[in-house]
Amino acid sequence: MWFEQVMFFVAALLALAGALGVVVLRNPFYSVLSLIGHLFALAILFLLLSAEFLAAAQVIVYAGAVMVLYLFVVAYVGGVEESLDIGTAGRLGPVFALALFAELCVAVIGTALSAVDSRGAELGAGFGSPGQVGELLLERFLIPFEAASFLLLVAAVGAVVLARRRRGLEQLDADEAGGDVRAGTGPAEVTP
Amino acid sequence: MDIVWFLVLSALIFCIGVAGVLTRRNPLVVLLCLELMLNAGNLALIAFSRMHGVLDGHVFALVVMVVAACEVVVGLGLIVAMYRRRIPIDVDELSELRG
Repeated sequence: MWFEQVMFFVAALLALAGALGVVVLRNPFYSVLSLIGHLFALAILFLLLSAEFLAAAQVIVYAGAVMVLYLFVVAYVGGVEESLDIGTAGRLGPVFALALFAELCVAVIGTALSAVDSRGAELGAGFGSPGQVGELLLERFLIPFEAASFLLLVAAVGAVVLARRRRGLEQLDADEAGGDVRAGTGPAEVTP
Repeated sequence: MDIVWFLVLSALIFCIGVAGVLTRRNPLVVLLCLELMLNAGNLALIAFSRMHGVLDGHVFALVVMVVAACEVVVGLGLIVAMYRRRIPIDVDELSELRG
């Protein structure tokens, strides 16, 4: 029991520190690293809620794959440190966030759901295991599952189309920069 | 550990994400803050799933992860396209649709 509580507070503090790091750090590269720490802490919290499969998916897919994509793009674009001048809207942002937090806390603590103040329902064996989640995905939630896979396909194709090198664009750049054409004619260049 | 602790933590993370989206101007960091908000939503979904002892919330959280991955991929593609066209990477500068 006490082990669970200690783990919760350690993971919660780590998650909050990671989240604050994402917002506060000026260099996007460090922001991404901070988010990776945050995701690991969240995986521990998922384990405390006995969501084993999601904890594993969080670490492998999110912290492993998606964040690597982020790091590549940050390294490609270059970690531009933004200036500290945030303007009026920027100064109002934290105020708005605090107000939202107060509102959410009122909603959560003043809720009529009495089970919120308990440790949750009694769990059957294998709650949150890959087998049970997979069974749900392939039986009750088959259509959302297929829709998600289709969405992934559309996003992948869309990203390739968005980020490819366009020939017309290159010429435009050359006109603007006076002959500064990058001569990269890789296999990605398939535009007619 | 009571479920309410997880919910309050999730609300806190969500609000940190909101503050980041409103404050930061680098679109990369704005995307990261959106991730924070989606993850806070995931935490709340899983907490409620644990509270009821039903696995539906887990499936929902998985779908949220998929949507987050798609959002990241398209957002990063846009940022790379902006970088190629030498448009400043700053959301305040990006006020018109026409490139």
